[in-house]
Amino acid sequence: MTRREFLQLLALSGFGLVAPAGMLKGEGTGKKTPKKWAMVVDIFKCAKKEGCTECIEACHRIHNVPNIPDAGRQITWIWTSPFDALFPEQPAYVEALRGRQIMALCNHCENPPCVAVCPTKATFKRDDGIVMMDYHRCIGCRYCMAACPYGARSFNWQDPRPFIHAIDKGYPTRTKGVVEKCNFCDERLARGLVPACVDACKGTCLAFGDLNDEQSAVRRLLGSRPAMQRKPELGTRPKVFYLLA
Amino acid sequence: MYNKPLILTIIMVVLAGLAAPFIYARMGTGAAGPPRLAPPPGGEKRCVESKEYMREHHVDLLMRWRDSRVREGALKYVASDGRGYVMGLTTTCIGCHSNKADFCDRCHDYALVHPRCWDCHTFPEKGDTAK
Repeated sequence: MTRREFLQLLALSGFGLVAPAGMLKGEGTGKKTPKKWAMVVDIFKCAKKEGCTECIEACHRIHNVPNIPDAGRQITWIWTSPFDALFPEQPAYVEALRGRQIMALCNHCENPPCVAVCPTKATFKRDDGIVMMDYHRCIGCRYCMAACPYGARSFNWQDPRPFIHAIDKGYPTRTKGVVEKCNFCDERLARGLVPACVDACKGTCLAFGDLNDEQSAVRRLLGSRPAMQRKPELGTRPKVFYLLA
Repeated sequence: MYNKPLILTIIMVVLAGLAAPFIYARMGTGAAGPPRLAPPPGGEKRCVESKEYMREHHVDLLMRWRDSRVREGALKYVASDGRGYVMGLTTTCIGCHSNKADFCDRCHDYALVHPRCWDCHTFPEKGDTAK
Protein backbone atom coordinates (compact mmCIF):
# COMPACT_ATOMS: atom_id res chain seq x y z
CA MET A 1 0.00 0.00 0.00
CA THR A 2 1.37 3.36 -0.97
CA ARG A 3 1.25 6.33 1.31
CA ARG A 4 -1.33 7.91 -1.01
CA GLU A 5 -3.62 4.86 -0.83
CA PHE A 6 -3.27 4.75 2.93
CA LEU A 7 -4.35 8.38 3.27
CA GLN A 8 -7.30 7.82 0.93
CA LEU A 9 -8.43 4.86 2.98
CA LEU A 10 -8.04 6.83 6.18
CA ALA A 11 -10.14 9.70 4.82
CA LEU A 12 -12.80 7.27 3.62
CA SER A 13 -13.06 5.49 6.96
CA GLY A 14 -13.18 8.84 8.72
CA PHE A 15 -16.11 9.81 6.51
CA GLY A 16 -17.75 6.51 7.34
CA LEU A 17 -17.61 7.39 11.04
CA VAL A 18 -18.99 10.89 10.63
CA ALA A 19 -21.56 10.32 7.90
CA PRO A 20 -24.16 8.29 9.85
CA ALA A 21 -24.49 11.06 12.44
CA GLY A 22 -25.03 13.59 9.67
CA MET A 23 -27.61 11.39 7.98
CA LEU A 24 -29.49 10.99 11.24
CA LYS A 25 -29.66 14.74 11.51
CA GLY A 26 -30.95 14.95 7.97
CA GLU A 27 -33.79 12.66 8.97
CA GLY A 28 -35.13 15.42 11.18
CA THR A 29 -36.00 17.61 8.21
CA GLY A 30 -38.93 15.36 7.34
CA LYS A 31 -40.23 15.51 10.88
CA LYS A 32 -42.94 17.95 11.87
CA THR A 33 -41.93 20.77 14.18
CA PRO A 34 -43.79 20.53 17.48
CA LYS A 35 -46.88 22.64 17.83
CA LYS A 36 -46.81 25.77 19.90
CA TRP A 37 -50.33 26.56 21.07
CA ALA A 38 -51.36 30.16 21.52
CA MET A 39 -54.52 32.17 22.02
CA VAL A 40 -55.52 35.54 20.64
CA VAL A 41 -58.12 37.71 22.39
CA ASP A 42 -59.80 40.47 20.44
CA ILE A 43 -59.76 42.96 23.28
CA PHE A 44 -62.27 45.43 21.79
CA LYS A 45 -64.81 42.76 20.97
CA CYS A 46 -64.40 41.27 24.45
CA ALA A 47 -64.72 44.66 26.18
CA LYS A 48 -67.88 45.41 24.27
CA LYS A 49 -69.64 42.36 25.72
CA GLU A 50 -70.14 43.80 29.19
CA GLY A 51 -71.04 41.13 31.74
CA CYS A 52 -70.48 38.24 29.33
CA THR A 53 -69.36 35.00 31.01
CA GLU A 54 -69.74 32.50 28.15
CA CYS A 55 -66.09 31.41 28.13
CA ILE A 56 -65.86 31.23 31.92
CA GLU A 57 -68.99 29.15 32.28
CA ALA A 58 -68.04 26.69 29.55
CA CYS A 59 -64.55 26.21 30.97
CA HIS A 60 -65.59 25.87 34.59
CA ARG A 61 -68.41 23.47 33.73
CA ILE A 62 -66.33 20.93 31.82
CA HIS A 63 -63.34 21.13 34.17
CA ASN A 64 -65.35 20.79 37.39
CA VAL A 65 -64.16 24.14 38.71
CA PRO A 66 -66.05 24.83 41.95
CA ASN A 67 -68.07 27.97 42.51
CA ILE A 68 -67.01 29.09 45.97
CA PRO A 69 -68.75 32.25 47.20
CA ASP A 70 -65.94 33.23 49.60
CA ALA A 71 -63.75 35.54 47.49
CA GLY A 72 -60.60 34.51 49.34
CA ARG A 73 -61.11 30.86 48.44
CA GLN A 74 -62.39 31.22 44.90
CA ILE A 75 -61.05 28.97 42.14
CA THR A 76 -60.78 30.48 38.67
CA TRP A 77 -59.38 29.13 35.42
CA ILE A 78 -60.71 32.05 33.41
CA TRP A 79 -61.78 35.32 34.95
CA THR A 80 -62.38 38.94 34.00
CA SER A 81 -60.49 41.95 35.29
CA PRO A 82 -60.52 45.64 34.45
CA PHE A 83 -58.19 46.52 31.57
CA ASP A 84 -56.03 48.70 33.84
CA ALA A 85 -55.47 45.82 36.24
CA LEU A 86 -54.50 43.40 33.50
CA PHE A 87 -52.19 45.86 31.76
CA PRO A 88 -50.85 48.14 34.51
CA GLU A 89 -47.89 49.22 32.38
CA GLN A 90 -50.12 50.45 29.57
CA PRO A 91 -51.60 53.57 31.20
CA ALA A 92 -54.60 54.66 29.19
CA TYR A 93 -53.06 53.12 26.10
CA VAL A 94 -56.54 53.01 24.80
CA GLU A 95 -58.85 55.37 26.65
CA ALA A 96 -61.88 53.44 25.50
CA LEU A 97 -60.72 50.37 27.41
CA ARG A 98 -60.15 51.99 30.77
CA GLY A 99 -62.04 50.05 33.44
CA ARG A 100 -63.61 47.64 30.96
CA GLN A 101 -63.74 43.97 31.96
CA ILE A 102 -61.38 41.81 29.88
CA MET A 103 -61.03 38.04 30.06
CA ALA A 104 -57.78 36.57 31.35
CA LEU A 105 -56.39 33.10 31.79
CA CYS A 106 -53.06 31.31 32.25
CA ASN A 107 -50.64 32.70 29.67
CA HIS A 108 -48.82 29.40 29.13
CA CYS A 109 -45.56 31.34 29.15
CA GLU A 110 -42.64 30.30 27.01
CA ASN A 111 -40.49 31.02 30.06
CA PRO A 112 -42.82 30.08 32.92
CA PRO A 113 -41.70 31.18 36.40
CA CYS A 114 -44.15 28.72 38.01
CA VAL A 115 -42.31 25.79 36.43
CA ALA A 116 -38.96 27.12 37.64
CA VAL A 117 -40.03 27.30 41.29
CA CYS A 118 -42.10 24.10 41.61
CA PRO A 119 -40.16 21.84 43.99
CA THR A 120 -41.84 18.61 42.82
CA LYS A 121 -42.06 19.31 39.08
CA ALA A 122 -45.84 19.10 39.45
CA THR A 123 -45.96 22.04 37.06
CA PHE A 124 -44.10 21.42 33.85
CA LYS A 125 -43.98 22.66 30.29
CA ARG A 126 -44.88 20.29 27.48
CA ASP A 127 -43.24 20.24 24.07
CA ASP A 128 -46.28 21.96 22.60
CA GLY A 129 -45.81 24.85 25.03
CA ILE A 130 -48.68 24.04 27.38
CA VAL A 131 -47.80 24.65 31.02
CA MET A 132 -49.40 21.66 32.70
CA MET A 133 -50.21 20.64 36.22
CA ASP A 134 -49.72 17.09 37.42
CA TYR A 135 -52.09 17.23 40.37
CA HIS A 136 -50.76 13.91 41.64
CA ARG A 137 -47.47 15.58 42.45
CA CYS A 138 -48.71 18.89 43.82
CA ILE A 139 -47.90 19.25 47.51
CA GLY A 140 -49.73 22.55 47.88
CA CYS A 141 -46.70 24.69 48.73
CA ARG A 142 -48.06 27.54 46.56
CA TYR A 143 -44.62 28.67 45.37
CA CYS A 144 -46.09 28.72 41.86
CA MET A 145 -48.82 31.09 42.99
CA ALA A 146 -46.21 33.44 44.40
CA ALA A 147 -44.14 33.17 41.22
CA CYS A 148 -46.95 33.69 38.72
CA PRO A 149 -47.13 37.39 37.87
CA TYR A 150 -50.59 37.00 36.34
CA GLY A 151 -52.58 35.55 39.24
CA ALA A 152 -53.57 32.63 37.06
CA ARG A 153 -53.46 30.05 39.84
CA SER A 154 -55.90 29.13 42.58
CA PHE A 155 -55.43 27.05 45.70
CA ASN A 156 -57.95 24.54 47.04
CA TRP A 157 -58.35 25.53 50.66
CA GLN A 158 -61.07 22.93 51.06
CA ASP A 159 -62.62 19.96 49.30
CA PRO A 160 -64.05 21.52 46.13
CA ARG A 161 -66.67 18.85 45.44
CA PRO A 162 -69.51 20.30 47.52
CA PHE A 163 -69.17 23.49 45.48
CA ILE A 164 -69.39 21.88 42.06
CA HIS A 165 -72.91 22.28 40.78
CA ALA A 166 -72.89 19.19 38.54
CA ILE A 167 -69.75 17.07 38.37
CA ASP A 168 -68.75 16.31 34.77
CA LYS A 169 -67.78 12.65 34.87
CA GLY A 170 -65.52 13.08 31.87
CA TYR A 171 -62.96 15.06 33.86
CA PRO A 172 -61.49 14.67 37.36
CA THR A 173 -62.10 17.15 40.13
CA ARG A 174 -59.29 18.40 42.33
CA THR A 175 -58.83 17.82 46.02
CA LYS A 176 -58.05 19.87 49.09
CA GLY A 177 -54.48 21.15 49.15
CA VAL A 178 -53.59 21.38 45.47
CA VAL A 179 -53.12 24.35 43.19
CA GLU A 180 -54.99 24.45 39.89
CA LYS A 181 -55.18 26.52 36.74
CA CYS A 182 -56.11 26.55 33.05
CA ASN A 183 -54.65 23.68 31.01
CA PHE A 184 -55.41 25.13 27.54
CA CYS A 185 -57.89 22.22 27.31
CA ASP A 186 -55.17 19.67 26.62
CA GLU A 187 -57.82 16.93 26.90
CA ARG A 188 -59.78 18.54 24.05
CA LEU A 189 -56.68 19.27 21.96
CA ALA A 190 -55.83 15.56 22.16
CA ARG A 191 -59.17 14.87 20.49
CA GLY A 192 -58.59 17.52 17.83
CA LEU A 193 -60.96 20.09 19.36
CA VAL A 194 -60.26 23.73 20.18
CA PRO A 195 -60.39 24.83 23.84
CA ALA A 196 -63.87 25.07 25.35
CA CYS A 197 -63.66 28.85 25.86
CA VAL A 198 -62.90 29.44 22.18
CA ASP A 199 -65.78 27.16 21.28
CA ALA A 200 -68.16 28.88 23.69
CA CYS A 201 -67.35 32.51 22.80
CA LYS A 202 -70.22 33.48 20.57
CA GLY A 203 -68.77 36.94 20.08
CA THR A 204 -65.80 35.24 18.38
CA CYS A 205 -63.42 37.28 20.51
CA LEU A 206 -61.09 34.30 20.85
CA ALA A 207 -58.86 32.54 18.35
CA PHE A 208 -56.65 29.56 19.00
CA GLY A 209 -53.94 27.86 17.00
CA ASP A 210 -50.37 26.81 16.41
CA LEU A 211 -47.76 29.58 16.39
CA ASN A 212 -45.45 27.38 14.32
CA ASP A 213 -48.03 27.06 11.56
CA GLU A 214 -48.07 30.07 9.24
CA GLN A 215 -51.59 29.25 8.11
CA SER A 216 -53.06 29.11 11.60
CA ALA A 217 -55.70 31.59 12.75
CA VAL A 218 -53.43 33.04 15.41
CA ARG A 219 -50.51 33.61 13.04
CA ARG A 220 -52.75 35.34 10.51
CA LEU A 221 -54.25 37.61 13.17
CA LEU A 222 -50.91 38.44 14.74
CA GLY A 223 -49.41 39.05 11.32
CA SER A 224 -52.06 41.55 10.30
CA ARG A 225 -52.99 43.39 13.51
CA PRO A 226 -51.12 44.95 16.44
CA ALA A 227 -51.22 42.91 19.62
CA MET A 228 -49.79 42.98 23.11
CA GLN A 229 -49.11 40.59 25.94
CA ARG A 230 -49.56 40.98 29.69
CA LYS A 231 -46.46 42.32 31.49
CA PRO A 232 -44.04 41.59 28.64
CA GLU A 233 -41.23 43.37 30.54
CA LEU A 234 -40.94 40.35 32.87
CA GLY A 235 -39.58 38.17 30.10
CA THR A 236 -42.06 35.34 30.64
CA ARG A 237 -43.14 35.50 26.98
CA PRO A 238 -46.87 34.86 27.35
CA LYS A 239 -48.69 32.97 24.61
CA VAL A 240 -51.99 34.71 25.14
CA PHE A 241 -52.10 37.77 22.91
CA TYR A 242 -54.50 40.69 23.06
CA LEU A 243 -55.37 42.33 19.75
CA LEU A 244 -55.51 46.09 19.90
CA ALA A 245 -57.09 47.06 16.63
CA MET B 1 -45.08 -25.38 95.82
CA TYR B 2 -46.60 -22.51 97.72
CA ASN B 3 -49.96 -21.13 96.54
CA LYS B 4 -50.37 -24.03 94.12
CA PRO B 5 -54.01 -23.33 93.15
CA LEU B 6 -53.37 -19.65 92.53
CA ILE B 7 -50.24 -20.22 90.41
CA LEU B 8 -51.91 -22.95 88.36
CA THR B 9 -54.92 -20.73 87.79
CA ILE B 10 -52.71 -17.88 86.60
CA ILE B 11 -50.78 -20.21 84.26
CA MET B 12 -54.06 -21.51 82.85
CA VAL B 13 -55.35 -17.99 82.28
CA VAL B 14 -52.13 -16.91 80.54
CA LEU B 15 -52.11 -20.00 78.32
CA ALA B 16 -55.76 -19.50 77.47
CA GLY B 17 -55.01 -15.89 76.55
CA LEU B 18 -52.13 -16.92 74.29
CA ALA B 19 -54.17 -19.63 72.63
CA ALA B 20 -57.26 -17.46 72.21
CA PRO B 21 -56.45 -16.14 68.71
CA PHE B 22 -55.92 -19.65 67.38
CA ILE B 23 -59.06 -20.99 69.02
CA TYR B 24 -60.99 -17.96 67.80
CA ALA B 25 -59.76 -18.46 64.25
CA ARG B 26 -60.83 -22.13 64.35
CA MET B 27 -64.23 -21.26 65.70
CA GLY B 28 -64.75 -18.38 63.30
CA THR B 29 -66.69 -18.50 60.07
CA GLY B 30 -63.58 -19.06 58.00
CA ALA B 31 -63.34 -15.37 57.16
CA ALA B 32 -59.62 -15.27 57.88
CA GLY B 33 -57.20 -15.06 54.98
CA PRO B 34 -57.25 -12.88 51.87
CA PRO B 35 -60.71 -11.82 50.73
CA ARG B 36 -62.37 -13.32 47.69
CA LEU B 37 -62.63 -10.69 44.99
CA ALA B 38 -65.50 -10.52 42.56
CA PRO B 39 -64.61 -10.98 38.88
CA PRO B 40 -65.58 -8.26 36.40
CA PRO B 41 -69.36 -8.20 35.94
CA GLY B 42 -68.95 -8.06 32.16
CA GLY B 43 -67.32 -11.49 32.17
CA GLU B 44 -63.93 -10.30 30.87
CA LYS B 45 -61.36 -12.98 31.64
CA ARG B 46 -58.10 -11.36 30.56
CA CYS B 47 -56.62 -8.38 32.40
CA VAL B 48 -53.99 -6.06 30.89
CA GLU B 49 -51.23 -8.25 32.26
CA SER B 50 -51.31 -11.67 33.93
CA LYS B 51 -53.39 -12.15 37.06
CA GLU B 52 -50.28 -12.77 39.17
CA TYR B 53 -48.55 -9.66 37.89
CA MET B 54 -51.61 -7.50 38.43
CA ARG B 55 -52.12 -8.83 41.94
CA GLU B 56 -48.64 -7.78 42.98
CA HIS B 57 -47.87 -4.87 40.72
CA HIS B 58 -51.10 -3.09 39.78
CA VAL B 59 -49.89 -0.07 41.75
CA ASP B 60 -46.65 0.12 39.74
CA LEU B 61 -48.59 -0.25 36.51
CA LEU B 62 -51.01 2.52 37.48
CA MET B 63 -48.15 4.82 38.50
CA ARG B 64 -46.41 4.20 35.17
CA TRP B 65 -49.65 4.82 33.29
CA ARG B 66 -50.21 7.99 35.27
CA ASP B 67 -46.76 9.38 34.51
CA SER B 68 -46.73 8.52 30.84
CA ARG B 69 -50.26 9.79 30.30
CA VAL B 70 -49.95 13.04 32.24
CA ARG B 71 -46.32 13.90 31.73
CA GLU B 72 -45.37 12.34 28.40
CA GLY B 73 -48.75 12.65 26.73
CA ALA B 74 -48.74 8.98 25.71
CA LEU B 75 -52.09 7.32 25.22
CA LYS B 76 -51.46 3.66 24.41
CA TYR B 77 -49.93 0.95 26.56
CA VAL B 78 -48.61 -2.16 24.89
CA ALA B 79 -48.95 -5.16 27.17
CA SER B 80 -46.27 -7.86 27.41
CA ASP B 81 -48.29 -10.06 25.04
CA GLY B 82 -48.47 -7.30 22.43
CA ARG B 83 -52.05 -6.17 22.93
CA GLY B 84 -52.66 -2.43 23.12
CA TYR B 85 -54.67 -0.59 25.76
CA VAL B 86 -55.64 3.01 26.32
CA MET B 87 -54.00 4.05 29.58
CA GLY B 88 -56.80 5.17 31.85
CA LEU B 89 -58.01 4.31 35.31
CA THR B 90 -61.61 5.36 34.85
CA THR B 91 -61.85 4.09 31.28
CA THR B 92 -59.77 0.95 30.90
CA CYS B 93 -59.58 -0.40 34.48
CA ILE B 94 -63.04 0.54 35.65
CA GLY B 95 -64.39 -0.33 32.19
CA CYS B 96 -64.14 -3.97 33.30
CA HIS B 97 -63.87 -3.72 37.08
CA SER B 98 -67.00 -1.65 37.50
CA ASN B 99 -67.67 -3.45 40.79
CA LYS B 100 -65.33 -1.27 42.81
CA ALA B 101 -66.89 -2.16 46.18
CA ASP B 102 -66.48 -5.91 45.62
CA PHE B 103 -63.10 -5.67 43.94
CA CYS B 104 -60.87 -2.68 44.76
CA ASP B 105 -62.36 -1.78 48.12
CA ARG B 106 -62.65 -5.31 49.46
CA CYS B 107 -58.92 -5.96 49.18
CA HIS B 108 -57.86 -2.43 50.13
CA ASP B 109 -59.96 -2.68 53.30
CA TYR B 110 -58.41 -6.05 54.11
CA ALA B 111 -54.88 -4.75 53.54
CA LEU B 112 -55.68 -1.50 55.33
CA VAL B 113 -54.47 0.70 52.49
CA HIS B 114 -56.27 3.86 51.53
CA PRO B 115 -55.48 4.87 47.96
CA ARG B 116 -56.76 8.37 47.25
CA CYS B 117 -57.60 7.94 43.57
CA TRP B 118 -61.25 8.83 44.02
CA ASP B 119 -60.58 12.07 45.86
CA CYS B 120 -60.17 13.57 42.40
CA HIS B 121 -61.08 10.96 39.81
CA THR B 122 -64.79 10.63 39.29
CA PHE B 123 -66.22 7.15 39.28
CA PRO B 124 -68.03 6.71 35.98
CA GLU B 125 -71.74 6.02 35.88
CA LYS B 126 -72.89 2.87 34.12
CA GLY B 127 -72.39 3.33 30.40
CA ASP B 128 -69.98 6.24 30.86
CA THR B 129 -66.88 4.11 30.52
CA ALA B 130 -67.17 3.84 26.76
CA LYS B 131 -66.10 7.50 26.45
